[in-house]
Amino acid sequence: MTIKQLSIFVENKPGRLSDVTATLKKCNINIRAITTADSSDFGILRLIVDDTDKAIECLKADEYLVKITNVVAVTAEDKPGGMASIMKTLYEANISVEYMYSAFLNPSDVTACLILRADNNENAIEALVDAGYKLLSADEMAKF
Amino acid sequence: MAAEKIYWNKEIETMGRDKMKALQSERLVKQVKHVWDNVPYYRHLMEEKGVCPDDIKSIDDLHKLPFISKADLRDNYPDGLLAVPKSECVRIHATSGTTGKRAIAFYTQKDLDIWDDCVARAITAAGGTKDDVVHIAYGYGLFTGGLGIHGGSHKVGCLTLPVSSGNTERQIQFMQDLKSTILCCTPSYAAYIGETLHEMGLTPDDIDLKAGIFGAEPWTEEMRQEIEKSLGIKAYDIYGLTETSGPGVAFECEAQTGMHINEDNFIAEIIDPETGEVLPEGSKGELVFTSITKEAFPLLRYRTRDICILTREKCPCGRTLVKMCKPMGRSDDMLIIKGVNVFPSQIETVLLKDFNATPNYQIVVDRVGNADTFEIKVELSDEMFGDTVKSISELEKKLSADIVQILGIKAKISLVEPKTIPRSEGKAVRVIDKRKLV
Repeated sequence: MTIKQLSIFVENKPGRLSDVTATLKKCNINIRAITTADSSDFGILRLIVDDTDKAIECLKADEYLVKITNVVAVTAEDKPGGMASIMKTLYEANISVEYMYSAFLNPSDVTACLILRADNNENAIEALVDAGYKLLSADEMAKF
Repeated sequence: MAAEKIYWNKEIETMGRDKMKALQSERLVKQVKHVWDNVPYYRHLMEEKGVCPDDIKSIDDLHKLPFISKADLRDNYPDGLLAVPKSECVRIHATSGTTGKRAIAFYTQKDLDIWDDCVARAITAAGGTKDDVVHIAYGYGLFTGGLGIHGGSHKVGCLTLPVSSGNTERQIQFMQDLKSTILCCTPSYAAYIGETLHEMGLTPDDIDLKAGIFGAEPWTEEMRQEIEKSLGIKAYDIYGLTETSGPGVAFECEAQTGMHINEDNFIAEIIDPETGEVLPEGSKGELVFTSITKEAFPLLRYRTRDICILTREKCPCGRTLVKMCKPMGRSDDMLIIKGVNVFPSQIETVLLKDFNATPNYQIVVDRVGNADTFEIKVELSDEMFGDTVKSISELEKKLSADIVQILGIKAKISLVEPKTIPRSEGKAVRVIDKRKLV
């Protein structure tokens, strides 16, 4: 089970992050997880949103370059060692994580949610599920 | 009493107009016969225009001949326009650019001797004699700059330093150790040498330079003054193009008000770039050259695409050779960046190869200090956009490497968001040249 992540190309210049998020606000899109990857000249904004299709439509209408990438949303106990055990599971299954970041949390919940992109998502899912981790679906992510 | 004027070839350089016309006519008639007999492509062009060698009796018949352009050179790459057996040739030079755009010029020994003679006139006009030390910081190689000046310097009998370009501190060290008196390079490199000299804590008094001969790229009067001041020299312009030989087609004298064309070897015309019609003296138009002494690679009415004015006003130096002004622009889209000829189509070729499509792009050229900056902005498309910084950086690197390979110079590659390159009336503006060179 993978979920869809949006990657948006943004040039490194003042106001671009403000512009992108304003587009999402305009279309009433709620952001569930967000991270940036950057070089000196440009950045890639990666997002998980509650309504991916609508978000793409809005962003494209505003001329943004958007790409969909399948990523894995995995939950773990929010306590010391929670992350370490996920990483160990993946390492032992010979899976490389290309990048990862965490999702917004519900403060009353005791779980943490990690979004990750592996070199092979299918193998990563199998390893994580076998190890007893709970993965989140797109619907769950939207409500999480 | 005024000092005696020094010329390399006084007879030619101060020849009366009628005598020069007679010499040009005689050489033109011979040259037309030479290409007709030896270059099938020329014969074909002439037949198409309904002209044969018998129609060309003097320079007044020059306008009857067909033009030849860079496209003809490209179509005949590499040696379709060669007019002598290859065994008679002793050297080649080539313009920068892709194979498609590259023009190769062949030279016989006599061609080199004449070229050397043209450059010797330029060196002499800049005050050079056999007592001088000529420091050549033009690139050596296929580019005509280095070896072209080199030959002329030998001919004058100067001590010739083939330093080539780069390693500026070492250049200055050489200047000091060997007491270079005449510097030859691109004007932007001369300006950079001047800056480096001052950065090293030296002044013009610490070197022996008295003159510089600079060419291969456009430069302004302001730049001339700056170079003259920073190096403590008098700076002379020189003009040439690989297709007609190289530097030395025209050269500046002490008056510094335009370049004398070596008319005994090159007939210059100014035409209307749209109609091809020959324009009267003093008109602004496209410069066209006919090389009347070249054996290996003769060009009849070669369209340089340089926009220029010719003048026959009396020059205080005493030379009677017609003068051309600094080129005032181009009648095609060629840019000269860091001394290298760049066509936007070459950049399109690279983009097409790397992306399987031609994305929107824009070339931005500027001059910071005295050095050209060269940036290529490319609008990223869906197909080009990967999800990782690494994939996009790799794209940038690949593009950058391919540009260097095709053009020989480095460009800053900037990948930009879609629809961010300004369009004018729906058409993308491909070139922004912020340099003020005219």
